[in-house]
Amino acid sequence: MCQCCAEKKDIYLPQLATVADISQMNATEKYLRLAMEDGPFDYIPGQFVEVSLAGIGEAPITISSSPTLGDSFELVVRKIGRVSNAIHNLQRGDKVGIRGPLGQGIYPVEEAKGRNLVFICGGIGLVPQRSFIKYVLDNRGDYGDVAILQGTKSYDLRLFTSEIEAWSKRGDVQMLETLDEGDARWKGNVGVVTRLVSKVETDLKSALILVCGPPIMYKFVLMALAEHDVPHGNVFLNLERKMKCGVGKCGHCQINHAYVCMSGPVFRYSDLASLPEAI
Amino acid sequence: MTVRKITKNDFANFVEALIRTEKVIGVQAKWDRFDFAPLESAEALRLDYDVTLQPPKKYFLPPAEVLLTFEVGGPYQSQLDGQEFLLLGVHPYDMVAINQMDELFRQDNYDTHYMTRRNHATIVACDVLRPSDHVFASSMGAAVVRKGYDVLLTDVGDSFLAEAATPKGEKLLARAKAVPADPQALKRREDVWARNKKSLNRHELKCDPAYLPKVLAKSYKHPVWEEKAKTCFSCGSCNQVCPTCYCFNVQDDVNWDLKTGQRVREWDGCLLDGFTKVAPAHEFRKARADRFRHRLYRKAAYVPPKIGGQIACVGCGRCVGACLPDIANPVSIYNQLIDDLGIG
Repeated sequence: MCQCCAEKKDIYLPQLATVADISQMNATEKYLRLAMEDGPFDYIPGQFVEVSLAGIGEAPITISSSPTLGDSFELVVRKIGRVSNAIHNLQRGDKVGIRGPLGQGIYPVEEAKGRNLVFICGGIGLVPQRSFIKYVLDNRGDYGDVAILQGTKSYDLRLFTSEIEAWSKRGDVQMLETLDEGDARWKGNVGVVTRLVSKVETDLKSALILVCGPPIMYKFVLMALAEHDVPHGNVFLNLERKMKCGVGKCGHCQINHAYVCMSGPVFRYSDLASLPEAI
Repeated sequence: MTVRKITKNDFANFVEALIRTEKVIGVQAKWDRFDFAPLESAEALRLDYDVTLQPPKKYFLPPAEVLLTFEVGGPYQSQLDGQEFLLLGVHPYDMVAINQMDELFRQDNYDTHYMTRRNHATIVACDVLRPSDHVFASSMGAAVVRKGYDVLLTDVGDSFLAEAATPKGEKLLARAKAVPADPQALKRREDVWARNKKSLNRHELKCDPAYLPKVLAKSYKHPVWEEKAKTCFSCGSCNQVCPTCYCFNVQDDVNWDLKTGQRVREWDGCLLDGFTKVAPAHEFRKARADRFRHRLYRKAAYVPPKIGGQIACVGCGRCVGACLPDIANPVSIYNQLIDDLGIG
């Protein structure tokens, strides 16, 4: 190998991590806690990793834990494709490959300090948002009002129910939850998550709004926010795309000129104006 | 650096000597066309070619390459191809494309797989003798090139002029029997450049390529995308022959032991259906017209900011010849937009 390349790291080379914890969350979601073999793993809320299963392939997954967790990090994976199916078969102690953390489009951790925050989550949109939610709650004094809006399709698909319950009981978080489909076991709100927007007690216009959910949800959330005159610069959307390399080369995640793996996955809504393919 | 003059006979001897000691890739006839392939004799080298079927990109970004090997549960091992080789006969438009690829694979996240191959290559570029049927390199400012190569060759009739641009090139040319180029020969080289700057232009772009990003800025909803895409087969031929297309897929291959295997990078194409498809079935850029538009926008709007404003189409014309329904020609599309919307 030439000297010039010998000194560079291979951007496609995964590092090994051990599955420290793995559990089934509901019919389709699996929770994993991973620990890197070669020491600490520093990341910022919003960043993702490429999870690599030898012989199966790689999949980009946003980190669900907050860096405040410490040495390990958490992922939640829906069983949906080839790699995610294989992830669901992992056992505690198994090894996986990890590349990352990746993504320069992160949650506005610094900008949000002192500001009121509203998290709007649809379904497993809670998973990436949880990284920033937990970061904010672990540094509660640095941030203003916090409202968390969670919409889930049905009762059995709810995630992190004990954490949601704990957040509801805190006096310093407005936790609002709704189900698309009513259920005898459910006494709370029924309807889509946008119906919760007008129930937010903090001033929406001056708050930072963090949104993550299925693509269909974004337009309705943006319409609801428009009714409250929320400036586009205050809204952050978490986008997903097909991704292979995760490092700005392979072209799969491109939204017009922007690579989700490089400029995202978290985008400021005002920056998406020039990206008609975004939503 | 000094320009040397090498008679054609001496050049053939020089190439024969190189073949004996180096891995030499050169342009050769392939049926009634031309292509880059390992060179076995100086006689087979065809520096009078018009265009090759595939650009030389494949020697830096192969159609399929092993990135890593692995053992299930064990560490992954990088696989880098550090074999020295000589690439003989790269036309200026392909050299411009290689220069652009170098920048794209070097920037932000340095791609050691591409760069290792690139750093082990010695490139001998050569000026074009006869234009291909669809070349428009003159329109794209890529008919003549003055950087990126180690040696530039120009056929000036009875001999070649050879100019080394790097120490590697100097070392290479030291092995050729040569004399310093005389003023008449240098004048003939200037004439070749002047001629090629105009004549490699079977399709003429109606504006300086620098205006193309501005043209595209107002063309997103133009009907041309739907019109052209109506007959697009989504076959990806335009992607496959393009010297500046570099999108790729990555897949794992498992060996017979079901324990070891390799992670393989393969060319992909943004025109192909499924390029943006995620599990279980959502495809972000599904419409054929949107995929068709994406290729033309990549060339003249999305990639240029990454490469200092250059347009990522070098006018080789390969896509024009490769496209069955004849809709791929970037010049005809850009010209239609210029006619309809102006360049301002």
